[in-house]
Amino acid sequence: MSASTTSPGPAGRPALALLSLRRRRRKQETLEADRTLISDNDLRVPGTRVAVRVWKSVFLVILLLVGLYPLFWLTVAATSTTQDTLRDPLGVWGEGFHPENLVVAWNRIQIGLYTGNTFIMALGTTFFMLVVSLTGAYVLAVLRPKYAKLLDVVVMATLFVPGVISLVPLYLTIIDLRIIDTWWAVWLPGAVSAFNVLIVKQYLLSIPGELFEAAKIDGAGAFRVFWYIVMPMVRPILGVVALLTFIASWRDFLWPLLALPSPDRRPLSVAIALTERTTELSLAMAGMLIATVLPIVLFLVFQKQFLSGVSSTGSVKG
Amino acid sequence: MTTTDAGSARQSVWLPRPGRWVRGGGLTTLVFAAPMIIGFTVFGWWPIMRGVLLTFQSTNLITSEWVGLQNIQNVLADPLLWQAVRNTGLYAGIAILIGFPIPLIAAATISELRGGMRQFASILAFLPVVVPPVVAILLWRRFYAPESIGLINTIIGWFGLDPVGWLMEPGWAMPALVVAGVWMGAGSTIIIYLAAMVTIDRELYDAAEVDGGGIFRKIWHIMLPQLRGTILVMLLLQIIGVFQVFTEPYLLTGGGPENRTLTLLMLVFRRFQSGDYGGASALSLLLAGALAGLSWVYLQVTRRWAA
Repeated sequence: MSASTTSPGPAGRPALALLSLRRRRRKQETLEADRTLISDNDLRVPGTRVAVRVWKSVFLVILLLVGLYPLFWLTVAATSTTQDTLRDPLGVWGEGFHPENLVVAWNRIQIGLYTGNTFIMALGTTFFMLVVSLTGAYVLAVLRPKYAKLLDVVVMATLFVPGVISLVPLYLTIIDLRIIDTWWAVWLPGAVSAFNVLIVKQYLLSIPGELFEAAKIDGAGAFRVFWYIVMPMVRPILGVVALLTFIASWRDFLWPLLALPSPDRRPLSVAIALTERTTELSLAMAGMLIATVLPIVLFLVFQKQFLSGVSSTGSVKG
Repeated sequence: MTTTDAGSARQSVWLPRPGRWVRGGGLTTLVFAAPMIIGFTVFGWWPIMRGVLLTFQSTNLITSEWVGLQNIQNVLADPLLWQAVRNTGLYAGIAILIGFPIPLIAAATISELRGGMRQFASILAFLPVVVPPVVAILLWRRFYAPESIGLINTIIGWFGLDPVGWLMEPGWAMPALVVAGVWMGAGSTIIIYLAAMVTIDRELYDAAEVDGGGIFRKIWHIMLPQLRGTILVMLLLQIIGVFQVFTEPYLLTGGGPENRTLTLLMLVFRRFQSGDYGGASALSLLLAGALAGLSWVYLQVTRRWAA
């Protein structure tokens, strides 16, 4: 599923991805290069040197304000009294530091329950996405039965269909299947991602085919090859795909809002959005902070995978 | 043992076709293909086809009847549709005005930073993208809060400006929405531009320099032309994203004031909530058609660029 909240179905944001599969791997090493647009010659002009330096500093200050301050503000508001936040929005713990807000929110407005729900939703979606993408990619890239070409077209064509078209019928489908208001209603539609099948498939295609042939000659069946050769080899790409799916599912709003109507099954996004207006401000802010912590920690830990993942989808798109 | 092996091997030649297919690994392959086939049928193509069918039906979840083009006529006759189209156009205009140059400038600056500083700036720029959209939007609602309880009103108060009801005044609601949206999305665009910028051949810059080009000339004559493909893709993805904006207006303004921030997807959602599944599907189909048209334009243009 794409990060967009508007596409519970298989299509959505990467719809254009396939249109131009120009790889832009070349020159990745220039990332480490010491010279880019502005050369040493440019910097020898004193005016330019000062201007460049001033602009870089100004830019970093703006970046800190825009990138970090809102999160800092959220942290402060989540650990301040409501009156404090309302009276002086720019103040920092004027009436003292109240980390106990987080505990109160966790218990009283059930943020603990909603966090658990979000984990169940995101982990389940990631698991089923991995099952579908891995086995599917294995069929398309390695086993290649006679109908592989047809399957390939059928699966990849969903990339071109805007996700908005399946919102209503997907809702009716989960009603028909009697899985509405169960975890299956978020797990299964979220597991179907042509984009992820494509990424894993491309990765498998980049592995020399002789490897699979050799295993076959040695008498290994399709299951053995899958378990002992494919699984260990795809681990790096699997990590990236799983991470991005987990985060996308954690952030999702519109689909769980429709698919999980019971209040005690709501994930954080839905619960926070629906109760924010009626909850005490400090507790709502504490809930929002809790909902934000895990994605941010995951991002900081796996920043390399994240940033290269984003820029590679960009190069697939471009 | 050997005899039985040889026997079964010879026997396999005479097995009927399905038997041979199973032994050749056909069944195993099908087992591996099953999750994908079932998944993409039930949650991929079936809803898509059903969406098309629903457009020409009237349904109440139990029975449905064919109504021809009635749903499409209803949707097109809705005056709110044209309001939503105008709003979407306005959203796209403002989004491009501020959301297009900012990531480019930011990426160009970050690409000039060195080592750890570049990594640090990339992380900072991407941080807002990681924040769950609901949290980001509700956070911005605090920033836009009226009078002195709002962060932005407090700041403009320092300069002697009167507080503004950002989300309540018809003229301000849409720009306020776009700013929040740009904050949430600019990070990934910056990272994509950054990745494209480092692939630009440095010799081009050197050559421009030999010809006496300064920094701004290098940006104008080398960097921007080299990035045109990426820029175009980002622009189109941005427009396609704008067509599907939902969460921001749903949580920030509810479509108000005076329907000034009502978007197309919100209209779909409203019809859906009122049980008008046919109308919601018809509108989705029209929207999808428009998006497909944009994708087609994109394909044509990129082909010309690539040629």
